Amino acid sequence: MELSNAQKTSLDAIVARHGADPNRALQVLIDVQDAEGGWLAPAVITRVAQQLGLPRARIEGVAGFYSFLHLEPAGRYRVLFSNNITDRMLGNEALMTAMCEQLWVERGRTSEDGLVSIDMTSCTGMCDQGPAILVNGWAIPNMTQARVEEVAELIRTQRPVAEWPPALFAVADNIRRSDLLLGSTLAPGDALRATLARGDSTATLEEIKRSKLRGRGGAGFSTGLKWAACAAAPGDGRVVVCNADEGEPGTFKDRVLLARQADLVFEGMTVCARVVGAQQGFLYLRGEYRHLLTPLNEALARRRRDTLLGRSILGRAGFDFDIEIHLGAGAYVCGEESALIESLEGKRGIPRNRPPYPVTHGYLGRPTTVNNVETFCAAALVALKGGDAYAAIGTPKSAGTKLLSVAGDCARPGIYEYPFGVSVREVLADCGAADPLAVQVSGPSGSCIDASELDRKIAFEDLPTAGAFMVFDGSRDMFEVARNFAHFFAHESCGFCTPCRVGTSLLRNQMDKLHGGKGSQYDLNTIYLLNRLLQAASHCGLGHTACNPIVDTLKRFKPVYERRLQSLEFEPAFDLDGALARAREMTGRTDPGAYLDRSS
Amino acid sequence: MTQPSDTRPPTAHFLLDGEDVPFTPGQTVIQAALAAGHYIPHLCYHPEFQPHGSCKVCTVRVNGHTAAACTMPAQAGAEIESNSEELNDKRRTLVQMLFVEGNHFCPSCEKSGNCLLQAVAYDLGMLSPRFDHFFPDRPVDASHPDILLDFNRCILCELCIRASGEVDGKHVFALSGRGIRKHLIVNAESGQLADTDIAVTDKAMEVCPVGVILRKGVGFAVPIGKRQYDARPVSAQALEYAPRSPSAKRGGAE
Repeated sequence: MELSNAQKTSLDAIVARHGADPNRALQVLIDVQDAEGGWLAPAVITRVAQQLGLPRARIEGVAGFYSFLHLEPAGRYRVLFSNNITDRMLGNEALMTAMCEQLWVERGRTSEDGLVSIDMTSCTGMCDQGPAILVNGWAIPNMTQARVEEVAELIRTQRPVAEWPPALFAVADNIRRSDLLLGSTLAPGDALRATLARGDSTATLEEIKRSKLRGRGGAGFSTGLKWAACAAAPGDGRVVVCNADEGEPGTFKDRVLLARQADLVFEGMTVCARVVGAQQGFLYLRGEYRHLLTPLNEALARRRRDTLLGRSILGRAGFDFDIEIHLGAGAYVCGEESALIESLEGKRGIPRNRPPYPVTHGYLGRPTTVNNVETFCAAALVALKGGDAYAAIGTPKSAGTKLLSVAGDCARPGIYEYPFGVSVREVLADCGAADPLAVQVSGPSGSCIDASELDRKIAFEDLPTAGAFMVFDGSRDMFEVARNFAHFFAHESCGFCTPCRVGTSLLRNQMDKLHGGKGSQYDLNTIYLLNRLLQAASHCGLGHTACNPIVDTLKRFKPVYERRLQSLEFEPAFDLDGALARAREMTGRTDPGAYLDRSS
Repeated sequence: MTQPSDTRPPTAHFLLDGEDVPFTPGQTVIQAALAAGHYIPHLCYHPEFQPHGSCKVCTVRVNGHTAAACTMPAQAGAEIESNSEELNDKRRTLVQMLFVEGNHFCPSCEKSGNCLLQAVAYDLGMLSPRFDHFFPDRPVDASHPDILLDFNRCILCELCIRASGEVDGKHVFALSGRGIRKHLIVNAESGQLADTDIAVTDKAMEVCPVGVILRKGVGFAVPIGKRQYDARPVSAQALEYAPRSPSAKRGGAE
């Protein structure tokens, strides 16, 4: 297929707008796909590669990595149903089936006329207002049968998404409990003025160290040590990166911080820039939060006008720093900081070998500080109020507060900010969870606890968390919860290393085999074997934790597995009669002779 | 990045399975081990290329923590465990995973006997695939007059990608897709090898450890039974190639 001259002009203009910078390849592809009606044709890939001066296969490889980029024709309207377990519990499957029927399209396929495609996607971060969908990347929460009909009608009549009723796209913040961060009334620039007033930037670094602030992405590395290491690393062109690729299923606190406290986020990044000596900043926003892009860019523009970004910040000569927002495109693994940096460089989001770490060799090999959205917010408050005040809140090893994204079986899902050390029981009482059977803390890669463990504390010394807090009541089948998570990891494995690439898919197949009633003790043993291997040999945290939800639920809810076992001996997953189903479909045969097992 | 020169005297040692292994700063565990005559099973590591650590077959235990020996920098005084039943068991499982992920039919494969995957599997005592096969649909590319690509056997070691990019300067190969759908692609809008600038003299033609990149017309020039791994196991041969330096990048493979 040849490109028309108009197409070439449009593509070249997009590439030019990005300065023909190969590091912006992903951003270019996102914009090009929008301009090209939802997919990237072979000739389009060729043209983009030429314009960026990169090998064609490299650009195809990038496009092939991200879920939201399409190398095959996708619908002009691309509908994705969020498939987190919380969406599932709210009936997303029935709603998707209904929409497929209304629009005459099969799941995962594009309609014959190229109008629409409908599929599932990983958690879109709307668990407090699910089931949620994305239409051409724009979030629509609170899906109901009525909304399915409304959306289907808008698609059938081919109304541009920009003209759809704004009410559809209204996202609530659902803040249920505020503390330091959500209650902050910091005026833009306050924390920067306090930082400058301390004189030498090492004074503020000392305050960060004294605050005992630890990274809020889950791993809990000391923020002070990270900033100090970056400040001390040899090399020029330091970079500050805010990780807003909040992809852990069940987590949506960064969505709310970015919507409500954008200034606090940017202020924290700018304080960090002052401390480590960076001039360039990035905020990597997950593609699912595209609706936040315009307001965030507006906040950045305002801060530039107010001399809180740009050259000579607050009139201080030599204090130059600016922030640019990059969009993700549907890849959970990019939440891992070195994969995120690869993605910022316009590449496939593959975690790097470490050492070296980003603090010395990050973006384009330069010293780079990567922190979570919530960490930067907390750092801004520490810069304003000092480290001791912050360290006094929480527990000895977990200073400050933590935002929890509460969803699932409770009366009041939403965002709850607590000082560290709060018990699971207290959170459950506050959110109105009657009859809790289990809580998945920190998402699939975190831990699953049962009703006997409700006095455990949210803190690095007990239950560390990136924020997810999914509640399951007595009506839920924890096997299905774990199976949903197994599908998630298989879908999101980057595929770099053998154990995770093959292991997560084997694990998914094992769970589907158990689900299909063909399991045996042999399959449970295989799950344990995969767990040991993935923990020992995987390249990054995704593989290390991929078996957690299954091992946790096997430990606490073993009967839901055992009742699915057909025998204690081996049973094959292969179903001979099932394999004939396709032949029956093709020949239209339904007579008894077309079945092997005549009893069923 | 440069690999350490072989002429510098070793300045430090680590312990590998209880034996002293000298290394020069900058060497990884596998580089030092192979140079000192200790075989660590591996697939994606190749002495002439920058290691990237994807196959994980070389996983060892360093001071109690598992790590890929090909990317792990050697550390003085480290205690490293490699040739243990537990680690070889894990390696066997990884190789089984690679077998079920692709379509590997050794008896009908022209690379049989010269195939590193097959040789490592024999060496590790792999007796069955253990897992259900994925049986992926991977069409072959016979478009090029002199070269056949049989993607069914690809283990995604990226050696051809590294060779084509680093040595040939052509970028004929790349990866696309993600997770279990990750796959090798070629640098052409048609997706066909014939439309790339690959040449039979390219380094990328020599490095495939399995039977993906094949020269047409020479498949059985060496009969089965007289091939590289027919006579001696890979563990006995790998050491002979180990000390090669990047300066030997052209023509040093066999």
